Amino acid sequence: MKTRRTNIILLVVFLGLILFSLGINKGAEFAGADEQAEEVIAQINPDYEPWFNPLWEPPSGEIESLLFAVQAALGCGFICFYFGYKYGQKGKTAEVSSERN
Amino acid sequence: MTVTGIIVGMHIMEGFLPVGWAAFWLLAALPFVIISIRAIDRLVKDNSKALLLLGFAGAFTFVLSALKLPSVTGSCSHPTGMGLGAILLGPAVMVAVAVIVLLFQALLLAHGGITTLGANVFSMGIVGPFVSYGIYVLCQKTKMHQGVAVFLAATLGSLATYVLTALQLALAHPGVDGVMVSFAKFSTVFAVTQVPISIAEGILTILVINLLLTYSREEIHSLRLGKSLGGE
Repeated sequence: MKTRRTNIILLVVFLGLILFSLGINKGAEFAGADEQAEEVIAQINPDYEPWFNPLWEPPSGEIESLLFAVQAALGCGFICFYFGYKYGQKGKTAEVSSERN
Repeated sequence: MTVTGIIVGMHIMEGFLPVGWAAFWLLAALPFVIISIRAIDRLVKDNSKALLLLGFAGAFTFVLSALKLPSVTGSCSHPTGMGLGAILLGPAVMVAVAVIVLLFQALLLAHGGITTLGANVFSMGIVGPFVSYGIYVLCQKTKMHQGVAVFLAATLGSLATYVLTALQLALAHPGVDGVMVSFAKFSTVFAVTQVPISIAEGILTILVINLLLTYSREEIHSLRLGKSLGGE
């Protein structure tokens, strides 16, 4: 029970931190850090031309978000499978030991 | 400067490292990738239970590097998720995991790149996990509270990744003011943005280790490194 309470507190702190970051910058763009890095390169080294372009780029922001969602879903799918599998296994061993008693 | 459409991501963008530096980081990363493949081979051979946990560590990295989180600086970056695997399975194993995630993002999302793969593997897959692991071992020696040790390891490892990213860009683009000034500029973009996100990653890593110790204690304790992880 103690662990469960700790976990809930950790989750709340995690969400709080993200929401705080979002909240204190009302007017901010929230662009990717790499876009800003491009600007810094343009400023430091104005003659630099990228010598290689991505082989393939998502044709739109929609497709890009689709692929990011796929990436997260694949990871979450496995994590949820893992915990579900373990949870089921744990229940089974508990059943077996209670039958024995 | 040409802006090549939408490039969103926190790794070094395709084509943004000059050929020499791209080759340097590729060669620097290569031996670690070979060591990593051998480490995975050994891990799975020695312990059949480790395979699922390796999958878990990979899945965790997949999820976290897809989550671009807002930072207090008003821009976005994402956690790496490398700390968890480094603590449970050892840092060497995580290099190959990073290669897979970075290839996925470079090929399908135009995030990072093929020419910058070596540099990105070095920062995310090598420096991150090895820093996490080193800090974790150090914290254990001082008998620090387990949660704090996990937090520091994951947070500082994630932060180290982005400090190196800034350094890699500064070395390649020193400009007229030199590497240090350039490093300060790139650090503001990458490392400072990453501070709250690394802290968030540290918190999430404690949470996931708690869950693993609840549902998967036997597997965790069957690992050479996992033995040290307790929990009440």
